[in-house]
Amino acid sequence: MNMEIIIPLLAAAVQSGTPILYATLGEIFTERSGVLNLGVEGIMFVGALVAFITARVTGDPWLGLVAGGVSGALLAGLHGLVCLNFLGNQVVSGLALTILGTGMGNYFGTSFVGLQAPGFYPLDVPGLADLPLVGPVFFHQDLLVYCSYLLVPMLWYFFQYTRWGLRLRAAGENPDAAEAAGISVLGYRWGGILVGGFLGGLGGSYLSLAYTHLWATNITAGRGWIAVGLVIFAFWKPGRALLGAYLFGGVMAFQFRLQAMGTALPSSLLLMLPYGLTVLVLILAYVRGQGTKAPAALGVNLEPRE
Amino acid sequence: MLGFRIQRRDKPLGFYSAFVVLAAVVLALLFSGGILALRGTPPVEGMRVLLQSAFGSRWALEDSLAKAVPIFLCSLGVGVTFRLQIWNIGAEGQYAMGAVGATWAALTLPGLPWYLLLPLMGLVSFGAGAVWGLVPAFFRLRWQVNEIIVTLMFNYIAILFLEFLVYGAWKDPVSFGFPMTPTFSDNAIIPMIGMTRLNWGIVVCVLAGIAIWVFFRYTRLGFELAACGENVRAARYAGMPYNLLVYLVMGFSGGLAGWAACIEVSANLNRLQPSVMAGYGYTAIVVAWLARLNPLAIAVASFLLAGLRVGTENLQLELQVPSAFGSIMEGLILLTVLAGSFFIDYQVRRRGRL
Repeated sequence: MNMEIIIPLLAAAVQSGTPILYATLGEIFTERSGVLNLGVEGIMFVGALVAFITARVTGDPWLGLVAGGVSGALLAGLHGLVCLNFLGNQVVSGLALTILGTGMGNYFGTSFVGLQAPGFYPLDVPGLADLPLVGPVFFHQDLLVYCSYLLVPMLWYFFQYTRWGLRLRAAGENPDAAEAAGISVLGYRWGGILVGGFLGGLGGSYLSLAYTHLWATNITAGRGWIAVGLVIFAFWKPGRALLGAYLFGGVMAFQFRLQAMGTALPSSLLLMLPYGLTVLVLILAYVRGQGTKAPAALGVNLEPRE
Repeated sequence: MLGFRIQRRDKPLGFYSAFVVLAAVVLALLFSGGILALRGTPPVEGMRVLLQSAFGSRWALEDSLAKAVPIFLCSLGVGVTFRLQIWNIGAEGQYAMGAVGATWAALTLPGLPWYLLLPLMGLVSFGAGAVWGLVPAFFRLRWQVNEIIVTLMFNYIAILFLEFLVYGAWKDPVSFGFPMTPTFSDNAIIPMIGMTRLNWGIVVCVLAGIAIWVFFRYTRLGFELAACGENVRAARYAGMPYNLLVYLVMGFSGGLAGWAACIEVSANLNRLQPSVMAGYGYTAIVVAWLARLNPLAIAVASFLLAGLRVGTENLQLELQVPSAFGSIMEGLILLTVLAGSFFIDYQVRRRGRL
């Protein structure tokens, strides 16, 4: 293989990894606060649709992006209501969210199938774009990709060094102790859910505004679930999430290219690649990680005090 | 300060919990009506069409009952895994593999007499579904790999495998390009019961239901499963065969989903085609949770949610409501019932003045 094939492939890997990256970072944020939200697939779907419709109606992709993020946060808010206030099972509530979200996306989206909306297009970063290899791969992308580059170290710093970040982690690791120390666990968990939902909504918005620019049924195609799997692979760390997301972006881009080149392999078999890889990556993460590194209270609701 | 005190109930709410669930469902129906209105469908008329075509006539009831068969079988198995706190979200994929298995038997040995071919199809579909459940169970037990994600990824893989077969190797050469296998021989088709819209596959439901009941009520393993479900760790310390139970329930759950698919391809479609994947596996999760994992309640909930599907189909035909409306209703019902369950498990009291 020569560079004319590899560089576009790597650039495509970064692009198609970006929606997964946003969703994974969002889920890391939520899970660090101790809440498991399996609704990412539904949140991305609704985010993608709301962003698409808003951008189409207003003509402004930035408004679309904000609307997509907010709609993701609102949908995640249902999860917060059910799990935090009504102490419902987090696994089942998340599944319900996905069923509801994909239903909403397809229900309100049917009349938009195949239509276009204004979105984000690649912009060169002055200076950096001219670097060999790195330039065309990382710095000939759209603005949302550049935002995601910044988001990763920001989240890392947030969890590691800020007061809010440490308290959020305390809510996920040992809520009883955090409560005793005067931290509002409920408040931080609500924060975790809403911010996570917002980022998931942004991930969905990326799909309809930057990745495709048109509306298609089933636009998320399991990316939300892959993101949930990647959180485990990433050991709940933003940096490793970046790595995982680009790995998956790479496989998806590769699979598309193979199909476009007209290989003898049937497309259904190629489409299996990302899902099979998720399973493989999870097994590797567990084997190499020697057990999980999940927040200790992940998925456990706060029992009311007597 | 006036406030509320929340306490876990000492004794279960019992009969009244049915009212809580009912109220939650009514609330979900109200929200669904609002969503109909948002897209310009008159909500009252919409709900009338939905309920009428689901439960309003003999034909409707038969249709709903026929659709309840695959949902019940998937949900029964899923519910048993949930009892063990194993999250099998993979009924959809296990169903897909069951459909492939049944079709393979039907296409390979079409000449076998029906009393051999139908049991063989049942056997292969059960086995195929079971294997699709056992592999995630193995990953879970061997490496602690999260079974939620694996069973889900296995859904996507199984559905793509099914498509690979019907678009390729198994495609009927005279189907004019449509992705479908040739029609099964008469020996591979489960017959209808008299002049109804029901097929004899419903008998499998009854047998599976009784088997589960006997298992929980009268066998040592069934008792142990109930105990493990209450407290996995304690049960392990007490020397209960946790791993064996996980394999057992995952294999059984997958096998039942496989049977559900076998009945669908044999009795209803008479061939394999992509439309066999109707999302029964996901509905099964909703059903299991609505029924709070109780087998008898699963039967009732399967019937109600099957009715919802029949109703939604008619809503699409009569009022052009997109079929995704069904998922919205399922999601809403599950969320409201989850929130409502709070009042089953906890009691809320006004905090008195001190």
